[in-house]
Amino acid sequence: MAPSKPRSKSRNPLLIPGIGKFSRSKMYHKRGIWAIKAKHGGTFPRHDPKPAAPEPASKKPPKFYPADDVKTPVPNRRKPKPAKLRASITPGTVLILLAGRFMGKRVVFLKQLPSGLLLITGPFTVNGVPLRRVNQSYVIATSTKIDISGVNVDKFDDKCFAKDKKKRYKKSESSFFETDKQEKKLSQEKKDDQKAVDTPLIKAIEAVEYLRGYLGTKFTLRSGVKPHELQF
Amino acid sequence: MPFKRYVEVGRVALVNYGKEYGRIVVIVDVIDQNRALVDAPDMVRGQINFKRLSLTDIKVDIPRVPKKKTLIQAMEAADVKNKWENSSWGRKLIVQKRRAALNDFDRFKVMVAKIKRGRAIREELAKLKKENAA
Repeated sequence: MAPSKPRSKSRNPLLIPGIGKFSRSKMYHKRGIWAIKAKHGGTFPRHDPKPAAPEPASKKPPKFYPADDVKTPVPNRRKPKPAKLRASITPGTVLILLAGRFMGKRVVFLKQLPSGLLLITGPFTVNGVPLRRVNQSYVIATSTKIDISGVNVDKFDDKCFAKDKKKRYKKSESSFFETDKQEKKLSQEKKDDQKAVDTPLIKAIEAVEYLRGYLGTKFTLRSGVKPHELQF
Repeated sequence: MPFKRYVEVGRVALVNYGKEYGRIVVIVDVIDQNRALVDAPDMVRGQINFKRLSLTDIKVDIPRVPKKKTLIQAMEAADVKNKWENSSWGRKLIVQKRRAALNDFDRFKVMVAKIKRGRAIREELAKLKKENAA
């Protein structure tokens, strides 16, 4: 028989949620179970049960039976979505950082990473901010935009910013007192990446008057200045 | 000290409270002790309390409750727009609006300009002081 499309609508219209129009016997007739049974000689066709996988031979009885029945929690199928990017933040926007080590610095936005964080750069030679990730909530977007068409940020991902794993050394008395600080050296690769991103950016920045000084200066509030009345 | 700016038909006023805040209007009629009928070229004529008006020095020559066309013609003849924008009050308001609309980048440029200006003034002053001392 040609494979038929599964029926989209139920043959039993709902009068009220939970109550159908037709009774069980009427539905039996409507679905044509009598016809299917007649075609297959009196019984509804069924498959033989699949042979069950053999139980592992050594199944030890559990060591511990909990006293009360414990409910198993429902598995969490929620996948968090990356944070929605504010309409005012587009690639090339100048952002003001509001928290963290570079609080107050004006910085260029490059792209949003898959985790939802924003990829930014100072540029490094202008204000000392390297390629960095920043949360959208700790940022003010200004209306100043820089042309970043010359910059290629495709290779940057959240994995580039993962912390290097510290090797755990065995807990011994000598190592406890040893202040063996491992030198955190920046890899040449990271320095090259920074330069590759910054050079076209700086060219675009030099094209606009005062923009380099603007990015090098920190954002400050003075007496009488009300942030809620400022236009950014 | 006598009053100089009177409430009269044709007096130009500035709305200082409410939905029409900042608008220049012309008093077209007086309704009662507290309210006036007020009109402007791009506004539907309506009543407003005198407390919401700040009178200006400018007057327009119109009959009581003129037609909109007559009002616009009279305002052109009296050159209300230019008189207002050249008055010190009008200029101040324009500057306030301009400053409120400044971008963060614009504010930075203003700061740099102020510093440069101050520096030029101080240099000149120092030069003059030196000349005077000599």
